[in-house]
Amino acid sequence: MATAAPQQTARDQAYAQGDAGDTAAYERAFDAAVAADERIEPRDWMPDAYRATLVRQIAQHAHSEIIGMQPEANWITRAPSLRRKAILMAKVQDEAGHGLYLYGAAETLGTGRDELLDKLHSGRQKYSSIFNYPTLTWADVGAIGWLVDGAAITNQVPLCRCSYGPYARAMVRICKEESFHQRQGYELLLALGRGTPEQHAMAQDAVDRWWWPSLMMFGPPDDASQHSAQSMAWKIKRHSNDELRQRFVDICVPQAETLGLTLPDPDLRWNEERGHYDFGPIDWTEFREVLKGNGPCNEQRITQRRRAHEEGAWVREAAAAYAAKPTAETGATRA
Amino acid sequence: MTTTVPTTAALALGDDALVLSHRLGEWAGHAPVLEEEVALANIALDLLGQARVLLSLVGDEDELAYLREERAFRNLQLVEQPNGDFAHTIARQLYFSAYQHLLYGQLAAEDGPFAPLAAKAVKEVAYHRDHAEQWTLRLGDGTDASHERMQRAAGALWRFTGEMFQPVDGLDVDWAALDEAWSERVGDVLRRATLTVPEGPRTGAWTAGAGRQGLHTEPFGRILAEMQHLHRSHPGASW
Repeated sequence: MATAAPQQTARDQAYAQGDAGDTAAYERAFDAAVAADERIEPRDWMPDAYRATLVRQIAQHAHSEIIGMQPEANWITRAPSLRRKAILMAKVQDEAGHGLYLYGAAETLGTGRDELLDKLHSGRQKYSSIFNYPTLTWADVGAIGWLVDGAAITNQVPLCRCSYGPYARAMVRICKEESFHQRQGYELLLALGRGTPEQHAMAQDAVDRWWWPSLMMFGPPDDASQHSAQSMAWKIKRHSNDELRQRFVDICVPQAETLGLTLPDPDLRWNEERGHYDFGPIDWTEFREVLKGNGPCNEQRITQRRRAHEEGAWVREAAAAYAAKPTAETGATRA
Repeated sequence: MTTTVPTTAALALGDDALVLSHRLGEWAGHAPVLEEEVALANIALDLLGQARVLLSLVGDEDELAYLREERAFRNLQLVEQPNGDFAHTIARQLYFSAYQHLLYGQLAAEDGPFAPLAAKAVKEVAYHRDHAEQWTLRLGDGTDASHERMQRAAGALWRFTGEMFQPVDGLDVDWAALDEAWSERVGDVLRRATLTVPEGPRTGAWTAGAGRQGLHTEPFGRILAEMQHLHRSHPGASW
């Protein structure tokens, strides 16, 4: 019986052209695979810098999910209806789950969750600057859903096609849930926007405070973005920071109109020639200060995270000790 | 024929679930390990779902949750106890989930107004009980430090357990048998966890059925102050 010839990948062809084992051949194979939109998998050879960039990006993404639980969890016990409380609890639970997927994806690159958490706690790895802003009213929960999750989705949907397989697959799952959260946040703001004058004012105030920080989530402008060119060449990133930021603004303006809310930017207007909205300058000084640790909640967020970890140490030690003990039934250890 | 919903019973069961869910919600962002962020939020959500069904049998869920004062709540004193350390939270979960599982098991088997809710809830509660029992074993039979904390937590909450078996109007349950089955199950888990079953009193002049009568412990008022503040600040608003 004839068998079909196995499909030859771009990577196989590149290996065939050189000696396997020689780094140049590996590099050619890697470049060919990326060029052909093949996925890089954990056991494939990859450049050290590609591995390091991915670890940095995925870890930062994972850390953002778990630090990002804090500003929203701040309102779980005060949610104004049981339905909203259930939605918010489910969302915060999803974020912990996203953190788990992402630490799992990072671990395929040869690092460990403990090591990454240690880097977060010691400030050697970052999380998204947006979570250093406080949630001062209930409407902030809606603004986070609409704007922060909206910006995250705009950034993350292209990552579903990222060249690194485990990250791309984690993003497919995460983006589905994030879109759901984003719609719920929008719906929360819609209820406030159409509610009492006090509720409307609360919604407007929240949007005023979250709009600019959300635009900063796309990172520095293209001419100042140090990782962008290489990440795009490796197909980790698919679009530039400014392209994604523009896409987000174009989506948000009509949504704000439906909400009956304004965006806090006097320069915001439709540009017929470009086919996009023009918008005002971003305060990059504020962005840099928040990144440096001088935002409103940097200290509070990291302190809470460290405290949860340190106060939970005895629990993790107990679980490990219990797992290592032989069971009465078989005499084998549980772990 | 009309079936009347036993209001007292629905409020008792609904308030238990509502208040415990609120306590578990306080853990969000503070759990010892990421998996427990997921687990505790998951249990809190299940309980909140049960509370919403039960309160809706009586009236408007939000009016009942947000506009009643402390003396009108019918939850057990056990579920309003502060989270304390992780061992206290687990001891509270162990005691309550074992009770809830037995109670809902009975209600699901009968043809009463709570049967449909109980049939669904008993599956969730089986998972809650398993979670609490597994952690009781890990903490009790883990390190010396965790053993000591778990023993202290089991002892500290023991005096609130007798209230669970005070009869509730509208629930046709053999309370003495329920108490016996509970004691057996919980005692067995504690012993397997190398812990001593607490021996102190489980009821007292004040605690017997007190929460069910609207007599709560001091921490409870603060739960309501926090939970109800926003809702009460905007009378009549919808969210």
